Amino acid sequence: MKLRPIAGILLRQFYLIRGSPVRALPMFAWVAIDIVVWGFITRYLNTMSAGRFNYVPSLLGAVLLWDFFTRIMQGVSTAFLEDVWSRNFLNLFATPLTTPEYITGLVITSIGTSAIGLAVMLVLATAVFGLSFFSLGAMLLPFLLVLFCFGIALGILASALVLRLGPASEWLVWPLPALLSPFVGVFYPLATLPHWMQLIARGLPPAYVFQGMRLILAGHALPASALLPGAALAVLDVALAGYFFVRVFRYALRTGLLARYSAESVS
Amino acid sequence: MHARTADTTSAQAPGTTAGRAAGAHPALSVAQLRKTYAALVAVEGISFEVARGEVVGLLGPNGAGKTTTINMILGVLSPSAGDIRIAGIDLAQQRSRALAQANFAAVYAALPGNLTVEQNLRFFALIYGIPRLTVRIETLLHQFDLQHLRNTKCGVLSSGEQTRVALAKAVLNRPQLLLLDEPTASLDPSAAQTIRERIRRLAADDDCGILWTSHNMYEVEAVCDRVLFLSHGRILLEGDPRRLPAEHGAGTLEALFIRLAREPLSAAEHPQ
Repeated sequence: MKLRPIAGILLRQFYLIRGSPVRALPMFAWVAIDIVVWGFITRYLNTMSAGRFNYVPSLLGAVLLWDFFTRIMQGVSTAFLEDVWSRNFLNLFATPLTTPEYITGLVITSIGTSAIGLAVMLVLATAVFGLSFFSLGAMLLPFLLVLFCFGIALGILASALVLRLGPASEWLVWPLPALLSPFVGVFYPLATLPHWMQLIARGLPPAYVFQGMRLILAGHALPASALLPGAALAVLDVALAGYFFVRVFRYALRTGLLARYSAESVS
Repeated sequence: MHARTADTTSAQAPGTTAGRAAGAHPALSVAQLRKTYAALVAVEGISFEVARGEVVGLLGPNGAGKTTTINMILGVLSPSAGDIRIAGIDLAQQRSRALAQANFAAVYAALPGNLTVEQNLRFFALIYGIPRLTVRIETLLHQFDLQHLRNTKCGVLSSGEQTRVALAKAVLNRPQLLLLDEPTASLDPSAAQTIRERIRRLAADDDCGILWTSHNMYEVEAVCDRVLFLSHGRILLEGDPRRLPAEHGAGTLEALFIRLAREPLSAAEHPQ
């Protein structure tokens, strides 16, 4: 992999964000709204429970982690969709740019945009609603890493789906996190789910994160090994998503889909 | 009419610099290139070369296989069979290295309209790994008369201006092979003339092989050293565009084009 083509992908995203407030706004606006809405909900629930249970870390913390995950996923897929929207595939892939360089560029873009969102969420949640995120202790970093990897995997998968199914399929990939959320137990223990949903949850890395988060907040110890299956699954998912993207890219090369993407609508 | 012969692939028109690169690999070498989609044969085993400094016209009616051929050379469409070598580098084996030697401009592949002229050039300069890219971009902005448009978004440029930006991008990496798909289609006659002269100069000065598609036969005669006439995915004719009409009993290249497009030569009569 060469660094300059990756820098090119990053520079393009920087130009786009700098040149358009409409692109910059969603990086922090939606997460801020989420934190504010859930912040007031937790405040209300705390009032109702009359101090018997503090909902801030469990609910607001879960919202923050979940939003971080969705921002990562959308960071990758939005960066990819910029090339779909500007019909740039022919210009882009008739160059020495390799698929790994392209995907790396998308991932680094996503790290940048989601880091901004995470910072905004942390500041708001801490300053306005008193969330002490460091109550998760040393496990905070592994939690974020697992969600980061799975977000990357889902973003690459979403990009591959749009490449395979055509530009209109972007409407299928936006709701992917929402589709997963009932299974991973963002706000409730997995035991609440029926058995078949629990089986699916075991294959989803965020389920281990949110389960672990609740254990820690309930005052239990969480051995690092408890997160290992989630971490292993997340890494595996990144590899599988990368493999899937390469397969779809080769299919697009073989069938002419890639060449037609910029010349005509395939939707 | 004469069928194409193998030795015509190395033909050089007077005034080209193809000879200067004697011993070097041709800019483009295509061997037995074939593309099929299920039962449909889009390109049927064509072979040709583009020498350095040579401008080769790829002609043919709509659906003849020109864009399919160009897409395969650009690496955005996999051939069903055959070999493509750009400056001697096998595209299938070393895609990235081969494509670093090529570039293109096409009317249907506008540069991202949400970036300015300079941003687009900087973006593609990084993708191509151009050294001292600021100097190179300034040179091209000057060369293609784009300085006053450097901060203008490409999406709001006129067709002629967009063509100039696309051409500036197409020569960013000083390609050894340049593919131009109807590069002057949206230009007024004066601008088209300027672009044609510039491209001819590029081929001569930089030893760059150019594969050019156009439906403007006047332009083809003015610019191309050699033409390949495609129909139904096969090369039917090949030769000097200034001599071909007379050789085939047609008054003009356009008349020959129309005749071939309407009544393509049979495979048996004119094997490749």
